[in-house]
Amino acid sequence: MTEHTEMGVAQIRDGVANGDFTAVEVAEAFNAAVAAASDLNAFIVTTPDSALDAARNVDARRAKGQDIGKMGGVPIGMKDLFATDGTPTTAASHILEGFVPPYESTVSAKLWDAGAGMLGKLNLDQFAMGSSNETSAFGNVVNPWRAKGSDAPLAPGGSSGGSSAAVAARLCPAATGTDTGGSIRQPAAFTGITGIKPTYGRCSRWGVVAFASSLDQPGPMARDTRDCAIMLEAMAGFDPKDSTSLDAPVPEWEAGLNPDLSGKRVGIPREYRMDGMDADVAKSWDDGIAWLKDAGATIVDISLPHTKYALPAYYIIAPAEASSNLARYDGVRYGLRDLPDGAGLQDMYAATRAAGFGKEVKRRIMIGTYVLSAGFYDAYYTQAQKVRQLIADDFAKAWESCDVILAPTCPSAAFPLGDKVSDPLSMYLNDVFAVPASLAGLPAMSVPAGLNRDGLPLGLQIIGKGFDEQGVLNAGLAIEQRAGFTAKPDTWWKA
Amino acid sequence: MSTYTIHGATGEWEVVIGLEVHAQVTSKAKLFSGAATAFGAEPNTQVSLVDAAMPGMLPVPNRECIRQAVRTGMAIDAQINAWSRFDRKNYFYADLPQGYQISQLYHPLVGEGHLDIVLDEKDPENTTKRIGVERIHVEQDAGKLMHDQHPTMSYVDLNRSGVALMEIVSKPDMRSPAEAGAYVRKLRTILRYVGSCDGNMEEGSMRADVNVSVRRPGEEFGTRTETKNVNSVRFVMATIEYEANRQVELIEDGGKVVQETRLFDPDTGTTRSMRSKEDAHDYRYFPDPDLLPLELDDAFLAACRDSLPELPDAKRLRYENELGVPPYNAAVLTAEVETARWFEKLLTTAAEQQGKAQADVAKQASNWLMSELFGALNKLGKDLSDSPVTPEKGGELLALIGDGTISGSIAKQVLEIMLETGDGAGEIVEREGLKQESDTGAIEAAVDTVLADNPDKVEAYRGGKDRLFGFFVGQTMKAMQGKANPQVVNDILKQKLG
Amino acid sequence: MSVDKATVTKIASLARIAMSDAEVEAMVPELNNILGWVEQLGEVDVTGVEPMATVVPNALRLREDEVNADPKTGGGVRDKVLANAPAPEHGFFGVPKVIE
Repeated sequence: MTEHTEMGVAQIRDGVANGDFTAVEVAEAFNAAVAAASDLNAFIVTTPDSALDAARNVDARRAKGQDIGKMGGVPIGMKDLFATDGTPTTAASHILEGFVPPYESTVSAKLWDAGAGMLGKLNLDQFAMGSSNETSAFGNVVNPWRAKGSDAPLAPGGSSGGSSAAVAARLCPAATGTDTGGSIRQPAAFTGITGIKPTYGRCSRWGVVAFASSLDQPGPMARDTRDCAIMLEAMAGFDPKDSTSLDAPVPEWEAGLNPDLSGKRVGIPREYRMDGMDADVAKSWDDGIAWLKDAGATIVDISLPHTKYALPAYYIIAPAEASSNLARYDGVRYGLRDLPDGAGLQDMYAATRAAGFGKEVKRRIMIGTYVLSAGFYDAYYTQAQKVRQLIADDFAKAWESCDVILAPTCPSAAFPLGDKVSDPLSMYLNDVFAVPASLAGLPAMSVPAGLNRDGLPLGLQIIGKGFDEQGVLNAGLAIEQRAGFTAKPDTWWKA
Repeated sequence: MSTYTIHGATGEWEVVIGLEVHAQVTSKAKLFSGAATAFGAEPNTQVSLVDAAMPGMLPVPNRECIRQAVRTGMAIDAQINAWSRFDRKNYFYADLPQGYQISQLYHPLVGEGHLDIVLDEKDPENTTKRIGVERIHVEQDAGKLMHDQHPTMSYVDLNRSGVALMEIVSKPDMRSPAEAGAYVRKLRTILRYVGSCDGNMEEGSMRADVNVSVRRPGEEFGTRTETKNVNSVRFVMATIEYEANRQVELIEDGGKVVQETRLFDPDTGTTRSMRSKEDAHDYRYFPDPDLLPLELDDAFLAACRDSLPELPDAKRLRYENELGVPPYNAAVLTAEVETARWFEKLLTTAAEQQGKAQADVAKQASNWLMSELFGALNKLGKDLSDSPVTPEKGGELLALIGDGTISGSIAKQVLEIMLETGDGAGEIVEREGLKQESDTGAIEAAVDTVLADNPDKVEAYRGGKDRLFGFFVGQTMKAMQGKANPQVVNDILKQKLG
Repeated sequence: MSVDKATVTKIASLARIAMSDAEVEAMVPELNNILGWVEQLGEVDVTGVEPMATVVPNALRLREDEVNADPKTGGGVRDKVLANAPAPEHGFFGVPKVIE
């Protein structure tokens, strides 16, 4: 039999349901893998007992002949941006160190209800702000992948870097992520796994530590498309506690999976083919085009003329929202309080926030505060929201001639840790292909497409129409079946 | 309407006043959370995780709060914006857990409207002045800080945090403390009629930010100051009085008015600068990304309109024009919705029991209510809300007067007993034998006795001393123990005295 | 538009983040670098374009006026509300004394 840790969501769920093995056996195997992988620093907190409790519960249900749920017996990693009742939730920031929520996020609650268990809380970029997981207050995550012939540690992508590393290293079969401007797709691409950001509003944001409210969207990260479909079904759904939640039934994405793309049109946005594009990235994109053709799709050239303005618009809107969303971390009701001798209230705020927030978080709060401040609001924020509308309009126009869009997920494979930390702009540019779909609220996914010349995974991105996760998943499945991506990182971290 | 000016050393100054009234919306739950809004609860017991701004918490608006704000807008004839949006007002304070207040700046729910004020109800001209309302928007209230519980700490209670407020922003149309006072009273009346705010200023359900500036008559507006959270009509007027005089003095001494936030001190009747809130006002308003635009459909708006009660101005006109209630009475009786309701019940009973039209008894009823009952209640330190006399019992009393069962003076006695015992008028009249005597035989006999006992006065009367007529009436009534029908007494006396 | 030390100091104060002189100094070129880059948005012709108001077509829902309809967003949970407070005091949140 395959080792439990080599199994994905569907395989575990079906195996537990069939009685091939117990949920407890699976949980124990993953708990052990997690315990042996501390060098990856993928987890901020591990919760082996929680995983075992959930597993016992599933086994008991099965013994009684009850339904074990969509995710029955599947232990997962939970990005530490989701509030978990009774388990510390930090957003990878000192400012929330020690915070134990007395509530459970809607998405995590749905997953537990579906029979999943929690292996631990996954590391991330602080407040999900970053593309390399280097802004975490609890140290960076290390990508399990290494370039051929090199021991240099690589970035696992960000912000869901703990999630991507843990799934890629087989520490969990799947993990939650959140995507604000690529935070699911880019780390998925960097680690050779699959991740989907659904349509904005599909998954509730209630109980998810907010970064940028109009962009944040939870989604699954797993080893393949089917596993993502299963997990997304468990995560999604209307939540009356979130005003931006979509009041629409959750489609049966797993049952609807169909890799036959006959009659589908795949748009190739010419603006994404940028000057000086990495040759391996360009080649993998061409491979993707060929695979989708092979799956029966028609390829059409499309234009998304405002693509180059997506990142600058994002770096106004996201920091603006963040500067306000993060105002609540003030040392009054929870988390860190830094009270210098004789300090008044406002001094306490300033000291607490100076001590609690990391450098990148401060930088973004500063940008956001500036662009919203008197006299600058229209020039920056209003202009950015207008450009954002133009970007959404570009997509709307594109849908007249295509059903899904294929593009690279990132301009490069995983880069070495430390490579871009000192240059925020070059870090931001890593999300150039991911951000447009975020601004337009569209479902978008990254699937592994192969390895580059250094033996590092590359991802292909599929962007779909709003509400059409199925179209995205189907195209992802078609690529997956043809890419034959079976490569795995060497398990160097197991001492 | 009024020509209020400040007499400065260098001449006359006009005062320009605008008010921002914060009115707590009557709702069971908060604007964006399900926590209760009841006044006076133990600290932090009416606080949800949303109100405490826990990480990941999100706002969902309360329909009732929106409905009440729309109805309020309709009641002041304002434009209702079917498309509006919530914005965040960002600033740091211990009573503001989110670090921003959800409010509406760019697209408020209610646009321009107006209300008419009357300065002096006894003024026969009954001059009204129209005061413009700029906008009404819906926003969250803040929590409360307590400073006197601990030597080095302030305590934060978030019970009020997130309670819905309407901010009703007037135009700078007022020119005197009296106008501002009349505006606040009129606004309170309308809110209470509509039922969108209980208008309870003691509990902080209504409070005003008072904007005051001074100028030479006819010149441009001067620099204004904003005195925050003034919580009674009297204090609003005192704030204006003080601020206007302070500003005139300042300018005449060669100084300049600084645009600033000030605080009213009720103990001294003065205002002072709130320097603690002065540091760099930059609220960085932007649309709240946790909320979508608020779009109201025609059915919602129609339901709001249909649910509006008769409003004070309309009611007052109806009282005057259709019921014949004297203008001053109409003004007093419509000023509080409870008074109007009481009066209308009184009227209904009085008219029904006499089989008359309401218009035929309304004037009498309004006079009785205002001169008899209000006076009597006042002596007892009570008002209509705790009156032992119900409107139905009052109506019964009026009917007894109307059909001649008792006289006006007996009615006063009956009312006193009603106030003491809470019993019905008819019951008291019966029990105490207070029924008016209209039997001419008995009255004639009494008159005869009185005339026979006072032959000299009869002589004098017949000799031209007309004013002795009152003496005979008095004596007859006395003999009849006050129960004789005065009209019948008059008639018989006239006839017998020739 | 570019920022100088004074502006960065003011922004840091608005954002309530204490910064040393050296931190402010370091932040000036960083912010200018980013702001200079985002300012390319100025090139875009946005004539007649309304700022985006909703990301995907969706209308704001209103909830009914019911107290504690959902315990997760209702009151009466003082223990939970105060559970993580750095200075809970007799049912209140304690903060350094505020002089108004």
